[in-house]
Amino acid sequence: MLGEYAPFVLAAYGVTIALVGGLVALSVWRGARVRAALEKVERKDG
Amino acid sequence: MNIWEFANPARFTRLVSRVLPWVAGAAALCLAVGLIWGFFFTPDDFRQGSTVKIIYIHVPAAFVAINAWLMMFVMSLIWLIRRHHVSALAARAAAPVGAVMTLVALLTGAIWGQPMWGTWWEWDPRLTSFLILFVFYLGYIALWQAVDEPDTAADLTAILCLVGSVFALLSRYAVLIWNQGLHQGASLSLDREENVADVFYQPLLFALAGFVLLFVALVLLRTRTEIRARRLRALMLREAV
Repeated sequence: MLGEYAPFVLAAYGVTIALVGGLVALSVWRGARVRAALEKVERKDG
Repeated sequence: MNIWEFANPARFTRLVSRVLPWVAGAAALCLAVGLIWGFFFTPDDFRQGSTVKIIYIHVPAAFVAINAWLMMFVMSLIWLIRRHHVSALAARAAAPVGAVMTLVALLTGAIWGQPMWGTWWEWDPRLTSFLILFVFYLGYIALWQAVDEPDTAADLTAILCLVGSVFALLSRYAVLIWNQGLHQGASLSLDREENVADVFYQPLLFALAGFVLLFVALVLLRTRTEIRARRLRALMLREAV
């Protein structure tokens, strides 16, 4: 389907999925971690 | 309703919790439609062959990369003029997203350039100004990390952002200003004559909407995280005293 340029097209999509997917995962992970830490401190403070 | 009401961190956080699932869902839908349509259901270009499919990620990533900096510019101005913390934190939250989009645009451009131009890189005005923009993104992120006092960090990064805006604008208009180099003009334009052919244009619009909505979703999510992290730091400092 992609012919002779298949490695270039697949590499472009692969790099994009890895970078954008990594950014989304990192953002969600840090968001959850900070939220949990804040809730813990707020509970302790009453 | 007054827009400045959302400068209140608690109100902004509540707004994000309400709208984020919808924005993220719309982003996923537009990306799925644009990329699947573009990748599987559009023909090869008569000159570029299947490499034309790279347009569906390269063009939206470049668009977001430039406009992310312009959004940071507006947020920095709001911080400098009105001292709303949410605006400074929103600019901080947007920087890594803009940096990743700039890197995606640079890498996908290089991957496209090798078979089409016969080179991975050329010191062309558009490419060079984009590389400088990427360095500005890295510098902006590093400056936030380097300064301990948050308001001072916000002031310094806001100034850096104003200076870097020159390169964001140069990246956008480099092809027109210098009128030389390998990079072609805009693929999307309000002038229909300048656009790519309809068969590529329609899925490209979906992909573009998907990237913009993804940027908005990530900035909302990351700004909420920055607001919570700021409150967490304040509470921990209070405990330590």
